[in-house]
Amino acid sequence: MANVLALAEQRDGKLKKVSEEVVSAARTLADALGGRVEALVLGPAGVADVAAGLARFGADRIWAVEHDAFAKYEPDGFAQAVSERVRADDYFAVLFPADSLGKDLAPRVAARLDLPLATDATALSVADGELIITRPVYAGRAFARVVLEATPRLVSLRPNVFRPEERPRAGEVQRLEATTSPEQWRVRMRELVAASAARPDVGEASIIVSGGRGLQSPEHWHLLEALCEAMGPQCTLGASRAVVDAGWRPHAEQVGQTGKTVQPQLYIAVGISGAMQHLAGMRSAKTIVAINKDPDAPIFKVADYGIVGDAFEVLPRLTEEVRKLRGQ
Amino acid sequence: MKIVTCIKRVPDTEARLKIAAGRDIDAAGLKFIISPYDEFAVEAALQLREAKGGGEVIVVSVGEAAAAEQLRAALALGADRAVLLEAPPTLDGLVTARALAAELKDANADLYLFGMKAADDDQQQVGPMVAELLGLPCVTVVAELELGDGKILCHREVEGGIEVVEAPLPAVVTITKGKYEPRYPSLKGIMAAKKKPLEEKEAAAGPSRVRLLDLSHPPERPPGKVVGQGADAVPELLRLLREEAKAL
Repeated sequence: MANVLALAEQRDGKLKKVSEEVVSAARTLADALGGRVEALVLGPAGVADVAAGLARFGADRIWAVEHDAFAKYEPDGFAQAVSERVRADDYFAVLFPADSLGKDLAPRVAARLDLPLATDATALSVADGELIITRPVYAGRAFARVVLEATPRLVSLRPNVFRPEERPRAGEVQRLEATTSPEQWRVRMRELVAASAARPDVGEASIIVSGGRGLQSPEHWHLLEALCEAMGPQCTLGASRAVVDAGWRPHAEQVGQTGKTVQPQLYIAVGISGAMQHLAGMRSAKTIVAINKDPDAPIFKVADYGIVGDAFEVLPRLTEEVRKLRGQ
Repeated sequence: MKIVTCIKRVPDTEARLKIAAGRDIDAAGLKFIISPYDEFAVEAALQLREAKGGGEVIVVSVGEAAAAEQLRAALALGADRAVLLEAPPTLDGLVTARALAAELKDANADLYLFGMKAADDDQQQVGPMVAELLGLPCVTVVAELELGDGKILCHREVEGGIEVVEAPLPAVVTITKGKYEPRYPSLKGIMAAKKKPLEEKEAAAGPSRVRLLDLSHPPERPPGKVVGQGADAVPELLRLLREEAKAL
């Protein structure tokens, strides 16, 4: 009853970084309760070997469900396999990543098992044996602390918030038979149309270079792209609602209400004045830099560092200096 | 074609929120709206009905009596009728999902649309839960959907791209921002909405198993500093990012 199950996730035969975060959070929780950590991973043949690496982050046991149809996320098959594993044991809590997969999967599992679910948590703590879950509400304009009055407690964790921590355990790998078969699945993925493949999603990147109307037209985005490139592979592009609504940038990049709430290490807002809903979506970033012509722009109220100036002058210089710094 | 769209009454997303007694949003003076993603879902329903050249769009909401205002707004946009399932607010999405499933189990609709999440509790769970409870296929976070013969093709937004997903009808689909930019109500629509049926009844809602301990404002950020003016401030900015913030 003190054990914690962590759902790990693979893509293209590699574990996603968020898996290390979820297993690490499970380790911290299990240590507070005096329990064990079990990781669960679903994927094609060979995923068990990949998942063995989770021992490093504190998994005592690793369940691997291998099925070639699990190479990609299949909601019906995943919901069945995960529900079966959760039902098979008495877990204190089951932790999911709150990424695309986890946000789709966790509610299905919750409904199948008749359990309440807390999504997108940003902190977990234990008091008197009870799990206290902190989660942003109102798109980050407030934080709620909640308790789930059912066992196991189903919680999904916001990516990039819980730190991966190496605390090696035995990580004994056990393969599980997939009892679900693709013929029974109603929802089928036909195709994945990849976006700019090289960059992480705005919800998962550790550095975000974000642009707003101050850039004046979509043709000027190459300035942001150059800075993003210079920052390295952990950097991605973000956008304000105004420029997404104007059709300059894809919705996938939008930060704030009707976009993503993000929590990167570094958020650089360029030509974004800082509407309430945008600030709520990015104010939990560790460090915020604002570049804006208007010294009275609300973005400066949440920024750690600001440069008052023209983006068209500041950006090229910033890109050049970052390149030097990174030895490019 | 019969389409059910579920909507929620939420505080205006641009409003500064006041927290009352550390537990609740102070509703005094607050404007309420249809949750933005639910508005996309209403728009999707209307566009699909128009593309089909007919059919029925039913809007359903679980909430307090005041949510009738948002249902009327959806009727003004073009929905045909509305159902309000009265229930106290809850953070437990499964309670809401059960109330909806109890109402919709005999609805015999072709499509059940939801916003991909509500703009108040941000739980992003009711749509897929209703699908599970009704035993229906479900596709979430859909930016655009195409109707086929007895099936739908959904463009689903995921990290790193768009998944093209197929599901048979009837199905549950949750909508994100994309193709369905909400229309404005016409004066004629607003007048017509007053005469459209809005049924109010008590929701079949069970007890909540999500207990709120407290609600708080996000932590204040320490006051920042303006490093300087223009491009000349860049070297100092980078020094601070490296040495003080350790962000690079």
